[in-house]
Amino acid sequence: MNGWSALDRFLRTDPRDVGCAKAMEMLHVYVDLVAVGGDAEERYPGIAAHLRACGPCGEDFEALLAAVRETAD
Amino acid sequence: MTAVNRVVYEIPARLDPESAEWLRVLGGPGAGREAALARLHEMLLGIAQREARRRGPRLLIAGPELEDLAYQAAADAVMAITVKLGQFRGESRFTTWAYRFVILEVSAKLGRHFWRRPDVPLEAEDWDRLPDRFGFEPARESEWRDLLAALRRAVDTELTARQREVFIAIVVNDVPLDALAVRLGSNRNAIYKIMFDARRKLRAALVANGYLDDDDSGRS
Repeated sequence: MNGWSALDRFLRTDPRDVGCAKAMEMLHVYVDLVAVGGDAEERYPGIAAHLRACGPCGEDFEALLAAVRETAD
Repeated sequence: MTAVNRVVYEIPARLDPESAEWLRVLGGPGAGREAALARLHEMLLGIAQREARRRGPRLLIAGPELEDLAYQAAADAVMAITVKLGQFRGESRFTTWAYRFVILEVSAKLGRHFWRRPDVPLEAEDWDRLPDRFGFEPARESEWRDLLAALRRAVDTELTARQREVFIAIVVNDVPLDALAVRLGSNRNAIYKIMFDARRKLRAALVANGYLDDDDSGRS
């Protein structure tokens, strides 16, 4: 990815984006769905859009998913 | 560990057996509850330590300070879970619901810790770092110089004072969003909304001036 596309991607906003509060409120539900291979993006498109765009929430999502997967082993 | 707001909770009907057992022992009396709380704390501490160690170096936190942060995050998460146990509706496994508390505690504590660093800029505006941040190649500066100049103009002319402050801190000065929320006495959701509106305005300005395409594909 070059600078143009990185900047363009950063500035793009998705109207479906639910914001941090709603995404974090449902994060455990979303993560459980991802962990079992369910189509979380299709079921919760607003949360998926948010997790793609929000660095801190995206990091919390990855961390929770990792925790679920590690403790399931 | 002392009992906090302990009540008899109604266990949701369609729970997996492990989650139902967690609710039963945490909502129950005596030694069984204490043992469950100790086990939960141990699980959350492991997650907190792993997350703190993974994120800490980026924020220049390490050693005993990082360990203390993890212990505090786990303790606060257990406390929050005991208080909010009645809010668990069985929409996920209990452990996933519980882990979320400790992950969010680690994020919040790292955000607060950020401001203990002596070298944090907030008022300064280091625009020279922006090309590297987005991966613009110095050798091709003639191609992107005008774009970044237009972006800077749009930041000055299109954004409100609050939007500009947030954009400069996060994008130009590389202040983590959670840390900025602490500094401004706000929260992650509110700061994200300000950034969301700023991004939308800036992209519209760059599209209107022919620097970015008005489609969904982006420039490759």
